[in-house]
Amino acid sequence: MSRISGRFQQLKSENRTALIPFVTAGDPAPGVTVPLMHAMVEAGASIIELGVPFSDPMADGPVIQKANERALIHKVSLRDVLAMVKEFRSQDQETPVILMGYLNPIEVVGYQVFAEAAAEAGVDGLITVDIPPEEAEEFCRILGKHDIDPVFLVAPTSTPERIKRICDAAGGFVYSVSFKGITGAAKLDVDAVATKLEEIRQHTDLPVGVGFGIKDPATAQAVGRVADAVIVGSALVNRVEAFADQPDAIAPAVAELLAAMRSAMDEN
Amino acid sequence: MPTEEQIDFNSVPDERGHFGPYGGLFVAETLMEPLDELRQAYEKYMQDETFLAELDADLAHYVGRPSPIYHAERLSRELGGAQIYLKREDLNHTGAHKVNNTIGQALLAKRMGKTRIIAETGAGQHGVATATVAARLGLECVVYMGAVDIARQEANVYRMRLLGAEVVGVESGSKTLKDALNEAMRDWVTNVDNTFYIIGTVAGPHPYPAMVRDFQAVIGREAREQIQQQAGAMPDALVACVGGGSNAIGLFYPFLNDSDVAIYGVEAAGDGLETGNHAAPLCAGRPGVLHGNRTYLMEDQDGQIIETHSVSAGLDYPGVGPEHAWLKDVGRAQYVAVTDQEALAAFHTLTRTEGIIPALESSHALAYAAKLAPTMNKDQIVLVNLSGRGDKDMHTVAALDGIEL
Repeated sequence: MSRISGRFQQLKSENRTALIPFVTAGDPAPGVTVPLMHAMVEAGASIIELGVPFSDPMADGPVIQKANERALIHKVSLRDVLAMVKEFRSQDQETPVILMGYLNPIEVVGYQVFAEAAAEAGVDGLITVDIPPEEAEEFCRILGKHDIDPVFLVAPTSTPERIKRICDAAGGFVYSVSFKGITGAAKLDVDAVATKLEEIRQHTDLPVGVGFGIKDPATAQAVGRVADAVIVGSALVNRVEAFADQPDAIAPAVAELLAAMRSAMDEN
Repeated sequence: MPTEEQIDFNSVPDERGHFGPYGGLFVAETLMEPLDELRQAYEKYMQDETFLAELDADLAHYVGRPSPIYHAERLSRELGGAQIYLKREDLNHTGAHKVNNTIGQALLAKRMGKTRIIAETGAGQHGVATATVAARLGLECVVYMGAVDIARQEANVYRMRLLGAEVVGVESGSKTLKDALNEAMRDWVTNVDNTFYIIGTVAGPHPYPAMVRDFQAVIGREAREQIQQQAGAMPDALVACVGGGSNAIGLFYPFLNDSDVAIYGVEAAGDGLETGNHAAPLCAGRPGVLHGNRTYLMEDQDGQIIETHSVSAGLDYPGVGPEHAWLKDVGRAQYVAVTDQEALAAFHTLTRTEGIIPALESSHALAYAAKLAPTMNKDQIVLVNLSGRGDKDMHTVAALDGIEL
C-alpha cells in the first residue's frame, strides 16, 4: 500500500479528515523549506504538497505566482526540490509528500529519469496541472512502475464522462477543484462542492480532496465535513510572503494557521 | 517517421490536435470541456455554408480581401536573382494579417453565444485586430498585454482603448507576451461561461493551432491562384517570418502538398543565435510543453522558459506553433533566422526601392529573401509574405537611428 493510501486509511479509522498544506519549494529561499515541512507536520499536516517552481504557472493566482518568482530568484530546480524531499525523509518516513507543478520541468529531465529520482527521494504522489489523462498514458505507466500516485484534478466543468476518465487514471486520491478559476480566489460554495463530491464518488473509491478557496479555519471546517481531504495553499503562502524578510518567523506563522485549521476540522 | 513524400499535409492534426509528436492539449482540467465545446463549434461552422458566406463577405468588404500580390521589380533587380513577389497583407484593414483570424473567431464567438472577448497581445497588432472586431460586433473586450510591451507600444494601447477595449497590464514574470498569454488563460478559466478567448497565433491548446491556421490559410489560397495568373508559374520558394507562426502557416498551408515549392520560415535571431539573445526556438531551442501544446521552446536546463529578444515585438515569443515544429522535423519546411541588423537593413531597402514600409516582423522575411534570391535564376520566383505594414514601428526604427519623434 502506498504511503498516501495508508495515511487516508489511518485517518478514516480515526474518523478524521486529511489536511494537506501546500507551499512552494524554495520560497522565499531554499533553506526555509525542509524545516517548514517538519513544522507543518507538527501542526497537523496529514500529507505535504510541495510546489515545484515554474516560470509560467498558468493555473495559479497572484499569490502562488509570486512564490514561484521568489523561488526562481534562487534558481530552485526540480532536482533541488527532490533533494529537499530526500532531506525531509531522513527525519520523517511517515508523512506522504506530493509534488505539484507543471509538465515542462519534468519533460526536460525525462519521465523515466524523473520517476526514478522522485521515488528514490521519497516522493509519493504527483499533481501535474497541465497534463490531462488523455496525454498522460505513458507518464502514468512510468509513475506507476515507481509507485508514485498520479493525482488528477476534477473541475466544476468536468462532465460525467470526463470524471470517469480522470478517476480511472488517478491514484492516491482525486483532487476536486472547488470553483472555476485560479488558486487563491475566494468564492467557495460548500453546497456546490458537496454535490460535486457525490458525483465524483459515483466513479471511484479513492479519497476525494478539495482545494481552491480554503483560506481560514471556518472554510477548512466546512469543507472538512464533506471531503476526505482539505487542501490549503494560497492562505499559507500569503504568510510565507508576509515574513519573506524574516525567514525564522515563517514556520511559526504557517504552523499557527495550520494548527487552527486542524483543530477546527477536528471539531467536526 | 514517414518520409516527406508519403505525408498528406492536409491530414493533420489528428482528432486530439497532434501534429506528429507536437501540439495536443496540455491545460488545466477546468479548460478541457470548454476547449472541447470550442472544437465542436469550430468543426461544425467550418462546414456551415451560411457561416462561411458571412466570413467571406466580411473578408471582402471589411478587411478588403483579396489582398494583391505585387511584383517588386526594383527590389528584384537590386538583389540580382529571383523575382520577388510580395503578398500584401499589409493592405488589410488594421494593417496586418491578424484580422483574418480575429474576424473568424469573433464570428464563432457570436455563434456560440459568448458576450465577452479576451485576447493577449505582444506588439499590440493582435490586440488591435481583436478590439476592432469586438467593436464592430458590440462585444465586451479585454486585452492582456505585458507591462514592458505597454511601455514600448503606447500608440497601439491608445488605439485599443479608442476601440473600446480594456487593456490590462500584466506585471508577472517577464511582463511580455508569454505572460500576457498566461494571464488571458487565467481570465478564461475564471470566466469561461460567457467568455471567448481569441488566441492570436497558431499556438495554444487544440483546436487553436488548427483553427487559426484555417482562418489564415486564405492568404495562401489567394496567393496560389494569384501567382499563377500573374507570373504564369508556381513560386519556387515561399518566405515568411515566424514568431508564433500564424502568417507563415497561412501562406504555407495551401502549398504544403506542392513538393516543388521550397518553404522557408524565418525566425528572429535578435543579436545573433550565438549570443543567446534571440527568439528562435526552432533554430536554437528544443521541444517542451508550454501554453497548452508541445512544441519547440526557448528554455533553460531546468525547463524554465527564458526571456527572448527581438527588435520586433511581434516575434518576441519563446514558443512556436506546433505545426511548424512538425514541418521542421519532417523536413517539409526549413527554418532559418535573421538578426535585428539584417531585418532593419531589409526594412530600409524595401522602403527605398519600392515605397512600401514593412513591419519589422515582415522585414525578417524580406531579409532572408534578400539572401536567397541572389542564389537563384532570374526566371525563378520567391513569394514573400508581407504580413504587416511598418507604421507601428516608426518609433522603434527612429530610436535606433538616434531620432526622437
